[in-house]
Amino acid sequence: MSLTRADVEKVSLLARLRMSEAELDAMTEQLGQVLGYVEQLAELDTDGVEPMAHALDVANVLVDDVVRPSLARDAALANAPHRDEACFLVPAVLGE
Amino acid sequence: MSLIDLSAAELVAQLRRGDVSSVEVTRAYLDRIAAVDKKINAFLRVDADRGLSAAKNIDARRVRGAALGLLAGLPVAVKDVLCTVDEPTTCASRMLERFVPPYDATVIAKLRTADAVLIGWTNMDEFAMGGSGENSAFGPTRNPWDTERITGGSSSGSAAAVAARMAPAAIGSDTGGSIRQPAGLCGITGLKPTYGRVSRYGLVAFASSLDQVGPMARSAEDASLLLEAIAGHDPLDSTSLDRPAEKYSESVGRPLEKLRLGVAKEHFGEGLDTEVAAAVREAIRVYESLGATVEEISLPHSKYAVATYYIIAPCEASSNLARYDGAHYGYRTDEKAMLAELEAERKTLIAAGNKEAADDLDSPLVRMYRRSRSEAFGPEVKRRIMLGTYALSAGYYDAYYLKALKVRRLIRRDYDEAFAKVDLIIGPVTATPAYKIGEKADDPLAMYLDDVYTVSANLAGCCGIAFPCGMSSGGLPIGVQLQGPPLAEDRLLRATAMFQCSTMWHRREVNRSL
Repeated sequence: MSLTRADVEKVSLLARLRMSEAELDAMTEQLGQVLGYVEQLAELDTDGVEPMAHALDVANVLVDDVVRPSLARDAALANAPHRDEACFLVPAVLGE
Repeated sequence: MSLIDLSAAELVAQLRRGDVSSVEVTRAYLDRIAAVDKKINAFLRVDADRGLSAAKNIDARRVRGAALGLLAGLPVAVKDVLCTVDEPTTCASRMLERFVPPYDATVIAKLRTADAVLIGWTNMDEFAMGGSGENSAFGPTRNPWDTERITGGSSSGSAAAVAARMAPAAIGSDTGGSIRQPAGLCGITGLKPTYGRVSRYGLVAFASSLDQVGPMARSAEDASLLLEAIAGHDPLDSTSLDRPAEKYSESVGRPLEKLRLGVAKEHFGEGLDTEVAAAVREAIRVYESLGATVEEISLPHSKYAVATYYIIAPCEASSNLARYDGAHYGYRTDEKAMLAELEAERKTLIAAGNKEAADDLDSPLVRMYRRSRSEAFGPEVKRRIMLGTYALSAGYYDAYYLKALKVRRLIRRDYDEAFAKVDLIIGPVTATPAYKIGEKADDPLAMYLDDVYTVSANLAGCCGIAFPCGMSSGGLPIGVQLQGPPLAEDRLLRATAMFQCSTMWHRREVNRSL
């Protein structure tokens, strides 16, 4: 599974990043090296091994369904780069 | 002897007795920071006024005879990764440069309850990603033992602040070694608790199944105080362990009898510096002289730990860092410039007759996300996001992420088998002493391989501690690591205290004038 520059460009869109030509070149090389290194896991037989997503045997944790105050709107909006009184503002999503 | 020479435990005792005031102690540390941090860059922000006013308040309450917390009056430095009300929490990233959290992390709330004085917020690798302290948007932290060298990371500023006596103790976080590795390279004591021992609520997430907050200090005794203050169950963190914090500071001085130490042959293989190996071997002899028995063990999958970690951690990171979208908080690109750029691209494509490509251009919203993230994240953060996004993308999930989760299980089983035979595992924390700043800047894989001795504990959910056990011929500290099974923090601290009672390495001091 060797990584191409086109792969990296595609992944940069999925990751919502954007790279210059030089960055794409460097990223292709560096990610290629790391992926080449991690490939060694393939030599291990892991058939029948249960995947371990978590360090703990996590059980469902339930809390009582009690009404509590949540973050006030102004506090939630306080760090917004662009806002009005009640909403986060972003560039128009729908047509011209 | 100056106040900054006293240990945290001694300071707390003197404060309690009223021999010294918190204002005096806080001022001594603020003066020290003002005198030397220009050369180190350990602190991103120091709020002298707020620190002194908190100290004054604690002193006044003490005079009134009010009940005070465990750390009452002790200055503590905090890695800039824990949300703190009314205080920027930057993660050393342009992305969060102006982010002021609306709530306190549980660890911050617990430090306040313990009446610690929050003296400053420390530098780090951006979003805790890195093992050198060089990946900060605000410049690298320099090792107080040699300012041309790295501190290790990602808790670079916390380690350097303690080593240079700019704080008696500090808080760090450890996802793959970020407390233990800089502790080892800066000659201090740093403990990564068991996953779930300390609340992650309000800790800016890097890799949620691995992240853990812990203490960094000059000795196990000092670290035990800090851990006791921050550990415990937290209903706000569903992965927090439902066990009360132990009284680590009361038991730390009790030596362990019949301690069984395991030495993994895999830890002494290729790549380990000979001086480091010799210092760690000597530490093992010290334990034997204290009555410990030493047994050779094997962690057969440890050679796969770095590969496993550098799949799992970036996958979790790419998902966690998706929240930085330039819409809710954090950095946003200049919108006018962004729209003008898109328009120019569209015109160029149309002029070239390439209508299809023009139609495929990013929407303004997507371009806003992409420009904001690309302008505000540093290269290492981008690398990990890319790596994780790739490994999780359609067609690769089984080969990378799922495979890594299975190997993670094998690594955990190695530990389970080892801890059936021994109480703790002793070994190196880094392969070499601190290297020169810039030395590995263009070689991410080489930097990842530095994590070989530390990532396994995070993957397995074990706890670990690093502390100094020697000096290199070049005058740099050498660290040793003890790893323990889940919830063996008390054992780690006591074992470290045993060593520190009979050796002087942790008392070695950096050149006073730096």
